[in-house]
Amino acid sequence: MQDLANADCIVIQGSNMAECHPVGYQWVTEARLKGAKVIHIDPRFTRTSATADKHVPIRAGSDVVFLGALINHILANDLYFKEYVVAYTNAATIVSDEFKDTEELDGLFSGYDEELGNYDPSSWAYATEGEGEDASPGTIGGPAAGHEHGHSTSERSAGDEHGSGGPALEHARVKRDETLQDPNTVFQILKRHYSRYTPEMVADVCGVSVDDFHYVAKALTENSGRDRTSAFCYAVGWTQHTLGAQFIRTAAIIQLLLGNMGRPGGGIMALRGHASIQGSTDIPTLYNILPGYLAMPMVGNHDTWDDYVAAIANKAQKGFWANADAYAVSLLKAWWGDAATKENNWAYDYLPRLTGAHGTYQTTMAMKDGEVEGYFLLGQNPAVGSAHGRMQRLALAELKWLVVRDLQMIESATFWKDAPEIATGELETEKIGTEVFFLPPASHVEKAGTFTQTQRLLQWRHKAVNPPGDCQSELEFFFELGKRIRERLAGSDDPRDRPLLDLTWDYPLDEDGEISGEAVLQEINGRHLSGERAGELADMYTDLKADGSTSCGCWIYSGVYAKGVNRAANRKPGREQSPVAQEWGWAWPDNRRILYNRASADPEGKPWSERKKYVWWDEENQTWTGLDTPDFVKTKAPSYRPEPGTGGPDGLAGDDPFVMMADGKGWLFTPKGMLDGPLPTHYEPQESPVQNPLYGQQSNPARRVFPRKDNLWSPSGTAPGSEVYPFVFTTYRLTEHHTAGGMSRWLPYLSELQPEMFCEVSPELAEDRGLVNGGWATIVSARTAIEARVLVTDRMTPLVISGRTIHQIGLPYHWGVGKEAVVSGDSANDLLGVALDPNVQIQESKVGSCDIRPGRRPRGEAILRLVEEYQSRAGVTVETSNQLKTAESNPTESNPTEDGH
Amino acid sequence: MDAKKTFLSWPVLRQFRSGDFLGRGPAVTSERTRTLEPRTKTADRVVQSVCPYCAVGCGQRVYVKDEKVVQIEGDPDSPISRGRLCPKGSASEQLVNSPIRQTHVLYRRPHGTSWERMDRDTAIDMIADRFVESRRRTWQDADEHGRPLRRTMGIASLGGATLDNEENYLIKKLFTAAGAIQIENQARI
Repeated sequence: MQDLANADCIVIQGSNMAECHPVGYQWVTEARLKGAKVIHIDPRFTRTSATADKHVPIRAGSDVVFLGALINHILANDLYFKEYVVAYTNAATIVSDEFKDTEELDGLFSGYDEELGNYDPSSWAYATEGEGEDASPGTIGGPAAGHEHGHSTSERSAGDEHGSGGPALEHARVKRDETLQDPNTVFQILKRHYSRYTPEMVADVCGVSVDDFHYVAKALTENSGRDRTSAFCYAVGWTQHTLGAQFIRTAAIIQLLLGNMGRPGGGIMALRGHASIQGSTDIPTLYNILPGYLAMPMVGNHDTWDDYVAAIANKAQKGFWANADAYAVSLLKAWWGDAATKENNWAYDYLPRLTGAHGTYQTTMAMKDGEVEGYFLLGQNPAVGSAHGRMQRLALAELKWLVVRDLQMIESATFWKDAPEIATGELETEKIGTEVFFLPPASHVEKAGTFTQTQRLLQWRHKAVNPPGDCQSELEFFFELGKRIRERLAGSDDPRDRPLLDLTWDYPLDEDGEISGEAVLQEINGRHLSGERAGELADMYTDLKADGSTSCGCWIYSGVYAKGVNRAANRKPGREQSPVAQEWGWAWPDNRRILYNRASADPEGKPWSERKKYVWWDEENQTWTGLDTPDFVKTKAPSYRPEPGTGGPDGLAGDDPFVMMADGKGWLFTPKGMLDGPLPTHYEPQESPVQNPLYGQQSNPARRVFPRKDNLWSPSGTAPGSEVYPFVFTTYRLTEHHTAGGMSRWLPYLSELQPEMFCEVSPELAEDRGLVNGGWATIVSARTAIEARVLVTDRMTPLVISGRTIHQIGLPYHWGVGKEAVVSGDSANDLLGVALDPNVQIQESKVGSCDIRPGRRPRGEAILRLVEEYQSRAGVTVETSNQLKTAESNPTESNPTEDGH
Repeated sequence: MDAKKTFLSWPVLRQFRSGDFLGRGPAVTSERTRTLEPRTKTADRVVQSVCPYCAVGCGQRVYVKDEKVVQIEGDPDSPISRGRLCPKGSASEQLVNSPIRQTHVLYRRPHGTSWERMDRDTAIDMIADRFVESRRRTWQDADEHGRPLRRTMGIASLGGATLDNEENYLIKKLFTAAGAIQIENQARI
């Protein structure tokens, strides 16, 4: 975060940083005071725009066109950082000649499977030196690396596994052409792919003027290179799309081309929105991963331990993921202790198996269909905070039992008496059979533990006071619940109960008689179980072994408790140390503050410039040194070259800075890992009033859709009926509230500051629809209708797209209908449907289609009739907008060598 | 007349003497105001913490008096936040002390129309019973090809992004051992 102050240019896109991360924004301000250019690209003019050098209004969901045009501009005008690109990225790497681009296939890549609506990525693989029979002919990253079809990788949301590095490749003997001239080099493919992403296309699709585009292009390229660096900041404005992961990939390509990764003032800053949302991904309460981004086993791919180990890592690939077997064995030892033995494959079979996508939205639909009996809500309020609030609430009413743990009486706990569906008559309190347990938790000052903030920094919170009344921490509650579940199963000889009975669940208690959080953090850190250091805590993940002699609950966190010191509690004041501040908290991995920082030095190990020096090779002492922990093997000289074919960390050359990638390079093109294409490509949102002008393929052909009667969509593009929902809406946060409001709408201070739901509309739209500032408006989507106070403001800019004016409407999403909060109101998330990004199963909630009309929404059952009237006028059916392939090409036929799936 | 109130305490003179020309500062303070002390001064102890809202991770100082939180301020030691807090972080004292904060376990029986108070121990026992029963009822040993599943699709969870790493760790560990895989949090949203 502090490193933003070192940037010479900062592009904030998909984020309203000044309002949503105000204290972090001080570092942007600081950079600007030092002369940096700050640009805000966003549908709305906000306080971020007001404090930037330039605001560029853009149509929600069109970011790949804008960013793709920047790539085109950089390549066409030779503005990339040549030495960096050749040495540190896969630009020179040659891709299999089976690969076909979207430019040839009307918006599809080769390998598209029409039946499954997904890709077989084998044709995207790297070409390889033809020496092995070990891979499929002439490719790497192809079928030999795991034979996994995009359908199954999407189902298990495999994209999330790359939270700490890239996907496995079978080895790293790639072919390279460092002149970048071979037509199959990544560099040339990139050039062709983005050649139609021109400033004129940007004007036509994004609504951004050619001049504004050139302003951004100039600022970025002039502030990148040896002496200067630029940074991107984004938030959920980029992630909550049906191609959200590709938005971020496009920025990654720009930053690699400009040489801004791994350098001070560079990089891509993910502004996450919850205190430990990074931590809850690292140590995941997520269905598809285990701690440290290890995959959850999937039926068919990981049936045996050998299958699993082969899939998560390959000893022949480069980098630290080659040792993933050690991380997995150490995790199983941490969980099942002595019951995890070499003979039983470390109790691998105690792990349950995935059979598909089991994300929160699939679970909600299963719940609504009566397949889920019990549900825990732990500080989350899906009735307001998740997409498609109606579906969420109707699903809760189908549960047998529900446990809500929250500081306040949130709408998800009281849906049975005050949900909007009670008012419409769809639900009736006496008919709802859900048994609800409401248990109050400890607040953040009433328990000790670590949050991991947005830059991987673990900070220990000390306990200030004991929780009041019945309040108790999750740590204490789950420890207790686990004990009681195990008591009930004690003596069972059913094999299904062994994983619970053999679980290590004997934590020491602290002075208050509660489970010790420090003991849990030590288990996460890992320890030596046998050998000379038996009983000692692990120093870092390089200590971990695959032979059962170590345990570790989350390998990337190994080192947080090295030598018995809780490093997350380090609190040397910032003013008493360097700006990198390594003695405040602890960042994974190994307390590094900038990842891949080997790239801050040139291939010979010298800083790219004096101004941007960060980590460098000290020739005299034969070691890497600098302002941060070097993200590299400390004693590996820049000139080191491994024997060809060496795998693991030893396979990394002295100039391979991307140490978690299977070939040591930054990936411009992803031969593997992205499920909707190796290069970001513009597709329209699931719901859009605009026809995709680049391809016949309207929307992401690999997105996840759910054609159900309770999840309808408006027609898109030129389809008849799209004019019924002619406007684009986008949702956002305010400074004074927090997500679904559980931590803000019950606080008088904050409720007074932002008391009421509103919608932002331009003066033009207000005039067009008869909306009055301060009056009421009803916003209608294909799912439902909500009401909001009208805010007529120049902050919303009407955009001209393909010769037509497109209006965007801004909606904060913090309010919900209920009786317990200090302030309540209609929920913007009720307008949303459920369509997901295939890589990470995240919903598209930053863009949708709607109509807006003056006045309040109808009450009671009448609202259902209003929504139905719109649906019928637009001709909406279950199939509307759910057709995945609309391209006029047949990628399977055009690729005759493909061997099926 | 109060003996202390002399010609010299005439307001205009007070303003001139104290340099408070506009009469908005020390010249107009009362005896009571002069003896007021900030809650941060009289606290028994100060505890270092971290803001629970967004992921910037601003440092907080929690002021405790008589085992109650009396104030939460930004921590100037933090190299990330340098003492600053946003409106939410500044309001977090209300998160702890809000009079409408729930501090009792409540129970809504099936088809019930109101909450009932319940003892916490009883509630945890009932939840453990339901967990074990639902798990048994919805257990899947293997798929149609005989490949192992060892799981339940009958129990799910949502939440974790506002919780501690140690808490998420126990949640993931317990649910995974129980075979419950539908464990999710805000990171998916």
